[in-house]
Amino acid sequence: MRELARKGFDAVYSELNLDSPEIVEVPRVVANTCQSITGIDNERWRIQGISDDLADQQKQAEAYFGRRGITMLATCTPYQVGNVPVKGEHCAWMESSAVVYCNSVLGARTNTEGKESTGAAALTGRIPYWGYHITENRGGTHLVEVEIEVDDIMDWGLLGYYLGEIVDDGIPVLTGRCHQPNLIKLKQFGAAAASSGGVEMYHIPEVTPEARSIEEAFCGNRIKHTLQYGATERQIAYENLNSATDRNVDFIMLGCPHNSIDQVWLIASLLEGRKISQNAQLWVHMPRALREVADRNGHTGIITDAGGVVMSDTCPAISRHMPRGTKVVATDSAKQAHYLPATTGVSTWFGSVKDCVEAALAGRWSGGLQ
Amino acid sequence: MPTKIILRGRKVVGGCAEGEAIVTQDTISGWGGINEKDGTVIERRHELRGRSFKDKVLVFPGAKGSSGWSAYFHMARLNGVAPRAMIFNKMTTKVALGAVVTRAPAMTDLEQDPLLVIETGDWVKVDADNGVVEILKRRREGAG
Repeated sequence: MRELARKGFDAVYSELNLDSPEIVEVPRVVANTCQSITGIDNERWRIQGISDDLADQQKQAEAYFGRRGITMLATCTPYQVGNVPVKGEHCAWMESSAVVYCNSVLGARTNTEGKESTGAAALTGRIPYWGYHITENRGGTHLVEVEIEVDDIMDWGLLGYYLGEIVDDGIPVLTGRCHQPNLIKLKQFGAAAASSGGVEMYHIPEVTPEARSIEEAFCGNRIKHTLQYGATERQIAYENLNSATDRNVDFIMLGCPHNSIDQVWLIASLLEGRKISQNAQLWVHMPRALREVADRNGHTGIITDAGGVVMSDTCPAISRHMPRGTKVVATDSAKQAHYLPATTGVSTWFGSVKDCVEAALAGRWSGGLQ
Repeated sequence: MPTKIILRGRKVVGGCAEGEAIVTQDTISGWGGINEKDGTVIERRHELRGRSFKDKVLVFPGAKGSSGWSAYFHMARLNGVAPRAMIFNKMTTKVALGAVVTRAPAMTDLEQDPLLVIETGDWVKVDADNGVVEILKRRREGAG
């Protein structure tokens, strides 16, 4: 990869974003295109443990591709910062958590594309018309009867993590005792379901735009699979996510998918006037556009005063950078709890934001299923 | 003589290659699920955890997880650790794009479920151009 980088940004884009060993001079994009999450925080790369050279290279790349029309949102949640397709709009998105949000919550249409197909779509404005672009393929496959209250953010994560593993790339339709969700809850739910499985779309009748009723969610088709989600299933999801046994926590990661401003406010509220443990480090991740808001609101100051770090542009799963020596991680994200053990060898605790902030303050995990 | 089984199916990526099969009943994550430097599966609760598909014929149900699926199989190819061929059941954009950028012969929609017919260690020839998979069953201990 280093050899590729030496050949310049066109060579990198050609190989990695177009699957072309032949170097293509990258023109201006023709489709509305934004940069997904990256490996480097443009301002706090040193805290990440990333070299100045690499950070400098990223800045140069951003300037290069920015001039070609790619918007540097640098987040896994473009729908939080102005890239919000309307219902029925055809998209070519990557980032599995954003894809499932785009299809399910926005009612826009995208398959889970990859680096090479989005790279080509940006330049051509075209993407194969199949899969989730076609109405008939957007109907539910599994009816999920939620038998226990699913209300808080953690429970939406657990529900998603359980369902992904069961339905794989099916389209679950939720009924029962899930309360009215909001952006944050559906962001966590979709990310979890797209990690344990391959969920690219779901319906919640009377909530999501293509499901005014259960019948509409199934596109009028007969319901072939029905499954239940109760206390046992919740417990299974929780145990599958918690790979840690050591309660001493080195690192607390909040913000996958990238935090909304209300989540950062919640974290700041829990930390105000307190100090995190000397044995633990806390990183809070958000889109750079919202970081500006957090700075102005004073949230960043509160988190920083408590000893935490507010980062944008990246996350540990993407960058594979965590504080040096990290062995045990606590997170409110099912997605990070799923991936970090595989990619970095750490073990993880998964819990609520409050559990995670308490772990940061005490340096010890005391969370659990309520 | 080892048993030979022939299955017909649909070409995803053309070409013809053969090798030893590595079979899993679990769907595979690309990004976050494989090590692109040595071709091993790294997902924590995966049937193939710690085993490499390098130079093997990878037989699996389909793709799950991150949209980095293609990018990681692409890098596996650039690093010389890609599978020689792929056979899978469930077509999605993730696996289709991943197969294309892996540039190894790939097939789907076999007339029988490859996860039931092919076992790890069988010798498998994937002739995607002609839509044919040839399976030589591995000789069993104590057999013949």
